[in-house]
Amino acid sequence: MSVATATRGLVEIHNVHKSFHGVEVLKGIDLTVQPGEVVALLGPSGSGKSTLLRTINHLETVDAGSVTVDGEFIGYELRHGKLHELHEREILRRRTRVGIVFQNFHLFPHLTALENVTEAPVALKRLSKDDARELALGLLDRVGLSDKADAYPRQLSGGQQQRVAIARALALKPQVLLFDEPTSALDPELVGEVLDVIRDLAKLGTTLVIVTHEIGFAREVADRVVFLDQGRVVEQGTPDEVLGRPQHPRTREFLAKVLG
Amino acid sequence: MTTTAPAHAARPIDTSATIPPTKVDLGTIAVVPTRHWWRWTLSALLLFVVAQFVWSLFTNDRYMWGTFAQYFFAEPVLIGIGYTLTLTAISAVVGFALGTLLALARLSASPLVSSVAWGYIWFFRSVPLVVQIIVWYNLGYLYPTLGLGTPFTTDFWIVEFPTVQLVSAFAAAILGLGLHQAAYSAEIIRGGLVSVDPGQHEAAAALGIPASRRLFRIILPQAMRSIVPNATNEVIGLVKGASVVFVIAIPELFYAVQVIYNRNSRVIPLLLVAVVWYTIITTILSVAQYYIERHYARGSARALPPTPIERARRWVSTQWARLGDAPPGGTDATRPVTAKGADA
Repeated sequence: MSVATATRGLVEIHNVHKSFHGVEVLKGIDLTVQPGEVVALLGPSGSGKSTLLRTINHLETVDAGSVTVDGEFIGYELRHGKLHELHEREILRRRTRVGIVFQNFHLFPHLTALENVTEAPVALKRLSKDDARELALGLLDRVGLSDKADAYPRQLSGGQQQRVAIARALALKPQVLLFDEPTSALDPELVGEVLDVIRDLAKLGTTLVIVTHEIGFAREVADRVVFLDQGRVVEQGTPDEVLGRPQHPRTREFLAKVLG
Repeated sequence: MTTTAPAHAARPIDTSATIPPTKVDLGTIAVVPTRHWWRWTLSALLLFVVAQFVWSLFTNDRYMWGTFAQYFFAEPVLIGIGYTLTLTAISAVVGFALGTLLALARLSASPLVSSVAWGYIWFFRSVPLVVQIIVWYNLGYLYPTLGLGTPFTTDFWIVEFPTVQLVSAFAAAILGLGLHQAAYSAEIIRGGLVSVDPGQHEAAAALGIPASRRLFRIILPQAMRSIVPNATNEVIGLVKGASVVFVIAIPELFYAVQVIYNRNSRVIPLLLVAVVWYTIITTILSVAQYYIERHYARGSARALPPTPIERARRWVSTQWARLGDAPPGGTDATRPVTAKGADA
């Protein structure tokens, strides 16, 4: 495996296996995401795409294989040819270079939009409260919610909540940003506002890995589309190749279903 | 503060005039609420029972309200309240602090740690409180001396205390109440912690927030919504549970009134003294509970309902505005507007 030195946001996934209760959901996945690349993971439900995404920031451990970000393992350290599991404190530190946005937002309901965004930088003592506030107001402005800083999550629409969640993930200035079906829990008319924000991020050069069912969006934003089925990468390539001229029957079948 | 008129109050007045009276105008039609006859009957019955009871309080002189008044602020009673409150406060702190540790231990990934916590809870919930207090008080029979020294011997060469001196009646009461309380608090706190969406844990961990801050800043404040009502129950339980320590002759409230009525044989009025004081303490705690719950309800609803005090203030100001304002029958916004009322 190549260990990059000067790169920022390089994700290398090598022969990853993962089982839940004896059912193998990832059956040897290889995938490299270049710095600044936007990759869309597509696949039917149960194909393992969310699990794969979650292995990137070690929310899910792997049974075999390895996942590195900028050449560094998030949950382990390579010493004397063995992977040593790290202590939680170190895992947390390394994990902060990868941000994640969840399907169901998972905003902290007892904190305001602003406090949701400032929480991590303050908790990690990266910024003073005032600086974090400054940063958070800037991020909320960037996702178009500067007027909602003092609102609690339940006072916001789904689309607004997801945009706060994106601002929260950006507060640690991650090199890689993961999106786990970011629009699946939204009413159709709210999907657009979230996709707009992601589209802007794609232009800024952060590595994005997006699990999505929005085929049109994937086609527009992604540099590469990866199609997973039953724990394997079935097909990958540019959006035009995979979505326009799918080679594998499973991909064709899936696209036919999704696109109606 | 001014009243905002309900939307329907602003309904145009001229509609009823232009429409012939025989034709029903759905825009201004009056609504007749359902009559709940059973509810009214039951209410009347309950009111009668309550009135009957209140009447007896005033007329039955066996209540001996004079004696009640005489002892209500008596010194032993006030000292007793002091003991009751002190015992409650200390054992609540001990109970909830230890309970938090036990709850976390039960949720620990280590089977040994979680089993020990389970065992503690199992044992301390099994033994009646009064038995525990007596055992602690009599610990000296089991272990005449306590101290530090060579393990697995009673050779306390570093320090040694006679148990009776170490475990006073008050200490026995605190141990009994506090350790007993810890077992119950542990389950309440654990229940609160597991009721929080696991996604919250995950989101906080994904942001790299350290474990202790995750607990105290993210999980616990959300868990408090379900912990507070149960915890208040427990604290109120402790206030009265503290009356059990009369068995080891600590002069708390209940013990104090017993001493007095054993002397003057006026059992009922003195028990009433205790009852009224317990009621007052519980009332204060219940009010505190309301505001603590409100604090932790932040963000749980789009807008919190007004507190009773806010409501009362609003009502008074409305009534006040009414007195000062328009003559009766004028354009009073709060009056229900019906088709009939539009003739003004």
